[in-house]
Amino acid sequence: MQESIYFVTRRTTPAIVGGVAASFLVVLLGMAPLLLSASMLDRLTTLFVYIMLATGWNALAGFAGLVSIGQQLFFGLSAYATIRLSDAGMPVFLAMLASIAVVGAFAVPVSWLMLRLREGEFAIGMWILAELAHFIVNLDGVVQGETGTSLIALATFSAEVRQALIYWTGLASVLTLLGIFLFLIRGKIGLAIQAIRDNEEAAQSLGVETLNAKRTVFLFAAVCAATAGVLWLATAITFQPKTFFGVQWTAYMIFMVLVGGIATFEGTILGALIFFLVELVFGPFGVWYLIGLGASAILFSLVFPRGVWGSVESRLGLDLAAVRYRIRMSKEGGRNGKPS
Amino acid sequence: MVWVNQVAQGVLLGGYYAMVACGLSFMFGVMRVINLAHGSLAVSSAFCLWVIADVYGVSPFLGLFLVVPLLAFVGVVLQRAIIERSMRAGVLVPILSTFGLSIVFDNLLFETFGADTRSLAPFIGDLPYEAWPVYGDIYVGKLAVVTFGCSIVIIGSISVFLSRTQWGRAIRATAQDPDTVAMTGVNPRAMAALAAAIATATAAVAGAFLAIRATFDPYSGAPQLVFAFEAAVIGGVGSLWGTLAGGVLLGVAQSIGAQVNSQGFMIAGHATFLLVLLLRGYLMERYLRFRFEFLTGKR
Amino acid sequence: MTPILIVEDLNAYHGLLHAVRGISLRVGSGEVLALVGANGAGKTTLLRSIIGAHPSAQGRIVLMQRDLTALSAYQRVRRGVALVPEGRRLFAELTVEENLMLSRSAGRPGIWNVEAVMDALPQLKAIRNVKARSLSGGQQQATAIGRALMTNPLVLMLDEVSLGLSPAAVDQVYAALHRLKASGTTLILVEQDLGRSLDLANRVACMLEGRIVLQAEAANITRDQITDAYFGVARRHKAED
Repeated sequence: MQESIYFVTRRTTPAIVGGVAASFLVVLLGMAPLLLSASMLDRLTTLFVYIMLATGWNALAGFAGLVSIGQQLFFGLSAYATIRLSDAGMPVFLAMLASIAVVGAFAVPVSWLMLRLREGEFAIGMWILAELAHFIVNLDGVVQGETGTSLIALATFSAEVRQALIYWTGLASVLTLLGIFLFLIRGKIGLAIQAIRDNEEAAQSLGVETLNAKRTVFLFAAVCAATAGVLWLATAITFQPKTFFGVQWTAYMIFMVLVGGIATFEGTILGALIFFLVELVFGPFGVWYLIGLGASAILFSLVFPRGVWGSVESRLGLDLAAVRYRIRMSKEGGRNGKPS
Repeated sequence: MVWVNQVAQGVLLGGYYAMVACGLSFMFGVMRVINLAHGSLAVSSAFCLWVIADVYGVSPFLGLFLVVPLLAFVGVVLQRAIIERSMRAGVLVPILSTFGLSIVFDNLLFETFGADTRSLAPFIGDLPYEAWPVYGDIYVGKLAVVTFGCSIVIIGSISVFLSRTQWGRAIRATAQDPDTVAMTGVNPRAMAALAAAIATATAAVAGAFLAIRATFDPYSGAPQLVFAFEAAVIGGVGSLWGTLAGGVLLGVAQSIGAQVNSQGFMIAGHATFLLVLLLRGYLMERYLRFRFEFLTGKR
Repeated sequence: MTPILIVEDLNAYHGLLHAVRGISLRVGSGEVLALVGANGAGKTTLLRSIIGAHPSAQGRIVLMQRDLTALSAYQRVRRGVALVPEGRRLFAELTVEENLMLSRSAGRPGIWNVEAVMDALPQLKAIRNVKARSLSGGQQQATAIGRALMTNPLVLMLDEVSLGLSPAAVDQVYAALHRLKASGTTLILVEQDLGRSLDLANRVACMLEGRIVLQAEAANITRDQITDAYFGVARRHKAED
């Protein structure tokens, strides 16, 4: 074996290229309201919502191993909180921000309760919690039961200003959340939650604070869904409990993450993009579109469990977001050596 | 007296929940799988029975002789094609794949039958409308009593099957250790398929009662699944008689809740479920702490 | 001697580790073969491969002139191989009797039924309706042996039957094994306790790093020869039978 020096690094060439390209894209997206039509802006905002939904669910399922079918709990509650706060006279954009904080705080006691449950019990327990929230929200007179209500305060803005503001809010939120996601999975918590996912007992015996790491991810996922809910309300304006607390939101999340690539950063965005395009093209087919979504969820979970990005990554070794550590050698010819 | 009546109705409603839940609980307890398509399978059975009754004029109770084997067969296919494969990929994957399956089922039903709500009640004579007086102005519906009775018969038969028969023992052993069970000459894959067939067969019967006692539509599967899951978890997953008790508790809570408020039916049910979870978690923690202190000599 | 079990060129892996390396083996009817070797020599993997419980195993297995190679574990058991697995692996929630009854699924006719097992392993009589989880180590081992016997095997393989048992319990188990030998049952025994296994076996095969490095009649071999083979000191002495 030849002498060789090993480096452990995350900085691969594709990661640097990825970083530069992403910065360009962000600048371009920031200028979009000056360049694009109103309907295009609305669509991009929708894409941001999808990315947030996928990010939260991927963090939860892919990194912490917690499958939830009840993320619509936070989605619906934050929309409801915005309606409530705005109705009480709070400026509408402030109400949106405050709602995210309120729902984030609400997620803390929820995590005490739900993180005791394991696997399937957690999955459906979350769903039942969402249903419970749905019916309790229905009791509020402001909501008018299943009829719903509107975020009237937004009407004080002209259509153009409103769309641009919502778009920028969406862009800022999605960038912030993706930033936090990257920070989480690259940092100490990222390592902890991956250790938990691989083997919870072993991780515990090594002193990994499994519950704290899980709770952090759970709260992050809740904030993702809450932010998405607020933005969805801002673009849709009307609030109907049945829509906002519907389990289809989680179905979308599952589809995006499974197709894009579970437990990958890039796959999260890719999955949201694919879902966005699929909905654009096949959405008009209604029921068959939904059947297709369900069928792809089955297909991907059985046949391509790593999703599109997972397959690309394992074949090409690409890592655009610099999440994984790599071992590199200073010289060629160190092949016989075992890196250790 | 109103309250006594509500409790009585709730108990009987619990019989129905136990019927939907027992297959789910059985699969979870025995094969460690949560089949999220369980509710959708029950609704599929309801539609099959409706077609048989509406088109061919055959009573739903006779129709079950066709639909129960049909759904048992679906269970075998489901186990072999989806659950077995997804369990190999990890414990969480069956949740995802069966959730996808429920979306496919629900929307295929919608595509075929449209959004109309239907009921099997018109096809079974006067049973849904007759009641027995019990005491004062408390009446119990004959249908509710029949449902409760059927539920007990189903749960009782599965219990006896599991504890007294060779296949029942083999299913229990497969649940504990599928590798070792092969060393006794039991085919573990066949036993898993048999368990799935039993679970989906109970879903077929539950679908019949769902459709007789109320109306149903292609998207009725999700609420049935939620109720079933609540009953199963309240009663202790995997315990069949516990599932009956869980169903009864859920039914009583809903029935009392409905008396309070129009939304109270759902709220009381879900809240009871969460309370039971909370209490169980708390008691478990207390017990573990006590044991720890006991074992380390602090008590 | 007509071989009842033939193993040809068996290879098995644990991930990248080549645990069993091209083993060929013949076991005669009524013979007792003791497999000895250090931990990690591949003994358990060999037994599991013979019964079809090790997924990566390759090689031919023939039992009574019938090729078992393509069959899965439960089918091989139905043809007449049985294994008492390492660590007993009882079904904890089933009673002793239920554990035994399971093996009726093998569908093999023969002398062994619940009553015959109770007679052969009398320590089971008092605990027949006790759940396996609350048994002592010796009782568990007896149940595991009984469960394997209930399949009426042509070849019975036992993996570390004395591990973790009290000396008295080991005596009981070995007394039962001697009676089995006397009744003409073919046994393959993996055992750390050299004295006991040499006492029972007709023939000894010593494994080292996945290979059989020494095979001999039990009567013609000394403990020193085995110990050498055990640690890979004296590969030259490779004796043929």
